[in-house]
Amino acid sequence: MSSLNILLAGFGGQGILFTGKVMAYAGLMEGKEVSWLPSYGPEMRGGTANCSVCISDEKIGSPLVVTPDVLVAMNLPSLEKFEDAVVPGGIIILDSTIISKKVSRTDVKVIYLDASKIAEDNGLKGAANMVILGRLFKETAFCSPENLDKGLQKTIPAKKMALLDNNRKAISLGEKSA
Amino acid sequence: MGERVLMKGNEAIAQAAISAGCRHFFGYPITPQTEVAAYMSKMMPKVGGVYLQGESEVASINMVLGAAAAGVRVMTSTSSPGISLMSEGISYIAGSDVPCVIVNVQRGGPGLGGIQPSQSDYFQATRSTGHGDFHLIVFAPSTIQETVDLVNKAFDIGDKYRMPVMILSDGMLGQMMEPVVLPEETNTAKDKPWAACGHQGKRKHNVINSLYIDPNELERLVRERFEKYKTIQATEQMAEEYMTEDADIIVVAYGASSRVSRSAVDMARKQGIKAGLIRPITLWPYPVDTIKKVAKTAKVFLSVEMSMGQMVDDVRLAVNGAVPVEFYGRTGGIIPTPKEVYDQIVRLNGGVQ
Repeated sequence: MSSLNILLAGFGGQGILFTGKVMAYAGLMEGKEVSWLPSYGPEMRGGTANCSVCISDEKIGSPLVVTPDVLVAMNLPSLEKFEDAVVPGGIIILDSTIISKKVSRTDVKVIYLDASKIAEDNGLKGAANMVILGRLFKETAFCSPENLDKGLQKTIPAKKMALLDNNRKAISLGEKSA
Repeated sequence: MGERVLMKGNEAIAQAAISAGCRHFFGYPITPQTEVAAYMSKMMPKVGGVYLQGESEVASINMVLGAAAAGVRVMTSTSSPGISLMSEGISYIAGSDVPCVIVNVQRGGPGLGGIQPSQSDYFQATRSTGHGDFHLIVFAPSTIQETVDLVNKAFDIGDKYRMPVMILSDGMLGQMMEPVVLPEETNTAKDKPWAACGHQGKRKHNVINSLYIDPNELERLVRERFEKYKTIQATEQMAEEYMTEDADIIVVAYGASSRVSRSAVDMARKQGIKAGLIRPITLWPYPVDTIKKVAKTAKVFLSVEMSMGQMVDDVRLAVNGAVPVEFYGRTGGIIPTPKEVYDQIVRLNGGVQ
């Protein structure tokens, strides 16, 4: 992998920005160049909160991901807004608990992951984002398992470190979903 | 070397200022720079500094003037409309010959405009940040690491020349996170014999003032200041060249748009198009020497900006008719894509051979 551009999108509160930050930190631990760019402003109110993450061997130009290699969609507006932007041969991972629509494109790999349900069934309500991250990691191997865990530890604020194991569990469920 | 940590541009600006010995911050919140003030409000009490939110930008910049006059390292931060409000105070600071650092995390304008990234305050920063004959030194970082390094340098250069220094950032650089190595805190206390900080009866009192009723005296002072500006123009220009040596098409871009342009240059090179990039790091003094040098071998220049075309004037002045200078820009808060800039390069190349 020389560079991976990821766009994560969903409602505010689903942990989109957090997931992006874990990825960026994991990439940093891996010794890569990384960038993380959140959407900010009115588009976040009720619409889609999104976040661009670039992980690359080379210096990162524009941190704004316009044509993602991987799109994570956690609600329908996000899928509809960004579906066409994914590069041919790219990956779309969507939370099929929330999005019932099927992707019409045939030139991308689509993963319908029942992330919210998987999380809830395992007593990890609210960790659908980490289930998706686990699957994304499985699909792209954007870093080593050790560095993914380091990225997670770096991103969880000290006050919430009690939630570390739940996040690990959710990631592992995502990996096993493949 | 310290650890590489992920940090938001705005927070990195604040931490870099603290590391540079800044213990006084006055500001007023505005998107997309509010994290600077938020970080300062959290950290300043911990390091024995002062964080004060003024009742407005006008009040904040005058607090900056007061602190600068007393000889301490002081910073303020705002976004575009806030700079307009501060412009009177900035002129007073320049007219009083005191140093400070002013951060502008630009957003779309004019008026209240929008809150998305923009570079449409270039004229304001480099031509007229307030009334009267004066300049600011203007730094335009393009990465978070460079932002940190330039904030540190801004305090030093401001002290050296006794003048205000602006960090011209934008919403993208302010909001994004990138790995950064934070500088060690150094002892930055500078002897400022001119400062109005209490003479304890041991010397004549210092006066910090920008009012000179006698036109002869005012002209003399302004001329002296411009002699200083000449020195700065001769010695403080900074620019980065990327693949310019054999390039026919030279893109000129700073800050956020330079990152996009660099990607576009890479795309063009892959197609065998000889493109290169000049990235001004100082916008005032403008890096005319680099542009002039490259103009001897290039065939065409393209200024890429997140504005309707402001820096392009400086490119034209530096190129001075040697070769054509073209412009491409997006405005209102839109960041151009590498593909858009690449298409312009291809157009100037007369297609892809």
